[in-house]
Amino acid sequence: MKDQLLTGVFHLLIIALMAGLYFILPEYHSGVLARVMVLAVYAMGYNILFGYTGLLSLGHALFFATGMYGLGLAMQHLDVTPSIGILCGLGAAVVVSAVIGFLALRTTGVAFMIVTLMFAQAGYLIILWLGEYTRGDEGFVIQQSQRVLNGVDLSQPDNRYFAALILFAISLLLIGWVVRSGFGKTLVAIRENEERARMLGYNVHRHKWLAVIISGVLAGAAGAAYALLFGYVGATFATVQYSIFPLLYVLLGGAGTTIGPLIGTVFMYYLIDLSSQITSAYLLIAGVALILLTLFAPQGLAGELRKRVFRWLP
Amino acid sequence: MSDQKKSPLNVTRRTALKTLAAGAGGVAAAGLLPGLGGYSQLHSAEPIKIGFQVHRTGIGAAYGRWYDRTTQACVEKINAAGGINGRMIEIVAEDDGTDPKRGAEVVEKFASQHNCDVSFGTLFSHVVYGSAPRAGELKMPYFVVSEGHHVASGALNRYTLQPGITDVKSQVEAMAPFIAENLGKKVTMIFPDFAFGHDHRDYFSAAFEAKGGTILEKIAIPPTETSFTKYFPKIPRDTEVIYHVMVGPAVLTFVKEMGEFFGPSKPEIFGFIDSLEAVDIASPGLEFLEGTYFWEGNPRYVQEEQSEFDKAYREAVGVDENGASVSDAKDVSTYAHMFGCWETLHIIKRGMEAADYKGPDDRTKLIEAVEAMSDMPHSMEHPQGAKRFNGKTHQTFGHQYISKVTDGKLVLAHTTSIEDTLYEDEVDYTQQSF
Repeated sequence: MKDQLLTGVFHLLIIALMAGLYFILPEYHSGVLARVMVLAVYAMGYNILFGYTGLLSLGHALFFATGMYGLGLAMQHLDVTPSIGILCGLGAAVVVSAVIGFLALRTTGVAFMIVTLMFAQAGYLIILWLGEYTRGDEGFVIQQSQRVLNGVDLSQPDNRYFAALILFAISLLLIGWVVRSGFGKTLVAIRENEERARMLGYNVHRHKWLAVIISGVLAGAAGAAYALLFGYVGATFATVQYSIFPLLYVLLGGAGTTIGPLIGTVFMYYLIDLSSQITSAYLLIAGVALILLTLFAPQGLAGELRKRVFRWLP
Repeated sequence: MSDQKKSPLNVTRRTALKTLAAGAGGVAAAGLLPGLGGYSQLHSAEPIKIGFQVHRTGIGAAYGRWYDRTTQACVEKINAAGGINGRMIEIVAEDDGTDPKRGAEVVEKFASQHNCDVSFGTLFSHVVYGSAPRAGELKMPYFVVSEGHHVASGALNRYTLQPGITDVKSQVEAMAPFIAENLGKKVTMIFPDFAFGHDHRDYFSAAFEAKGGTILEKIAIPPTETSFTKYFPKIPRDTEVIYHVMVGPAVLTFVKEMGEFFGPSKPEIFGFIDSLEAVDIASPGLEFLEGTYFWEGNPRYVQEEQSEFDKAYREAVGVDENGASVSDAKDVSTYAHMFGCWETLHIIKRGMEAADYKGPDDRTKLIEAVEAMSDMPHSMEHPQGAKRFNGKTHQTFGHQYISKVTDGKLVLAHTTSIEDTLYEDEVDYTQQSF
């Protein structure tokens, strides 16, 4: 009970901190944080599957792109409002993650990684194949005039920031609740010892399938939000590198921690941003930093904090 | 650079509020409030900052390297001649990784961290699409050097312009008469199966059929492909002309395998130099290209009737008579495209001078000044040839070059008129508010 209270207060403090940062940070960095919060939601979704359930997916870009194109195509071709577009993005993410989860969960371990990777690659190629509607690799722009949600112009920096914050806050509180619930604890039990969980009578397959759906919907929500807040829909977001990003965010920040995805996303963003100002070989710097972190902080930044200082950290 | 290393994340609320109260000018000088910095830089001695979105890594790296060299050479020339309105140009280059997400982030950096006056330089279309919305929202003039049809199609916004390079629609449509009249009436098209290739497919086939030609087959090749032999048997036997365009790391393999497929008896072949941009045409395996034709945005090899402008431009950028670096004959340039950086920078200069540009407050005046431009004569500012800018569509039009591979070199065979490249307006950006 004390832990639950502490978790709730901690998450509310994080949300309040993110809200306050908008008024403190310079324009560029508040803009960065808006993008980071959206990507952190993507990583949070990934964390549910990887960090809490122990399933390593290499195809999450498919879910991100599903949300993005679900919203984008509906707004572009059906001329729907952003709110309907969001529902389309989320609906598409539910369907796609349910189907992919159903099929991919027939495999385990390395095979699961390969199957999710293949599904994502198939999704990418479908986007290119349907180039007449998706504009393939080029993608398309959602015009500023279209990005007005219930009278709120989401292309304005303050509106964009707080829209991203609302999405981030909902996701963080939802995940905080899920991982503390019986369902979340069962996921952890599956991660730790799947056979034991099955022996104890839990429907492991159903739990894993629901984890894929929750994970996919959060990724899809992030994709839809990215399209709406930044005005662009493109096939690049369905490529394999966008499946690797959430894995890195989670590994760096701390798998199986609620705040890890945010920390990892911030860390990764500024690592690239700052190192690219020093050298064009910035990916080398990023790679070395990642190796060092993996060697000396294998549980990620938040994971190490939980291990060494704040044992209550959710 | 030093202001970027100081992480603003270390700033506490109290110090930040105190700093805010201390005055935006001082804060901007400390580099902590870049958004306000631009307004403190109205002093005439301050340089004009041009954000250069460069493809240093990713699929566009070969182009990026030469876009960079051209840009640096052009800035050196302009600065040596007194700069813009007496102010020197400072290029702020950021690698976009040829990635649309990073491209948008880079534009944000130009606008709110580096305090750039304008941004320019993007080549790959998906990066333009990803970045243009942010440029419009940040009210940052965004001069692209992409040759995509995105600007003229009306898909972008008033802050995005392409005044220094022609677009794919005008290039492709201008090729149709030459092919129909000189090479053959039955064409098989081979193109990459993504948007750039689809533009070729759609615009060329429509223009070619209007000239009485027939497209026998349209062979789309997935962008992930690394071997192409399985596609060539799809070419109909009665094909008179192969029209090919390919981009990406596998272009050399594509062209070589095409040569192996045809052997000594080949149809007429017409390609876009994109298939061999930054690739030595004398590479082993490309001998079969002898006698074939290429579209070139700007002739790579020095021609018999080389203009004085091309000569000076080539010398300034450091390109030899074969289109390679003067310091490394194996480092072949992207000569068909990179002139766009040179010409765009001169247009920015002319626009700023016409608008009496003082700082970011004058960005809309700059855009209006560029929109007011029209004919641009062949000159040192436009070494590729004369241009006609359409202020409504934000797109320039110009001569296109068709070269024939002769004795292992590209020799100019035909130059289109500007009129050959014109098409109906699809948008009027001047009707959009700022």
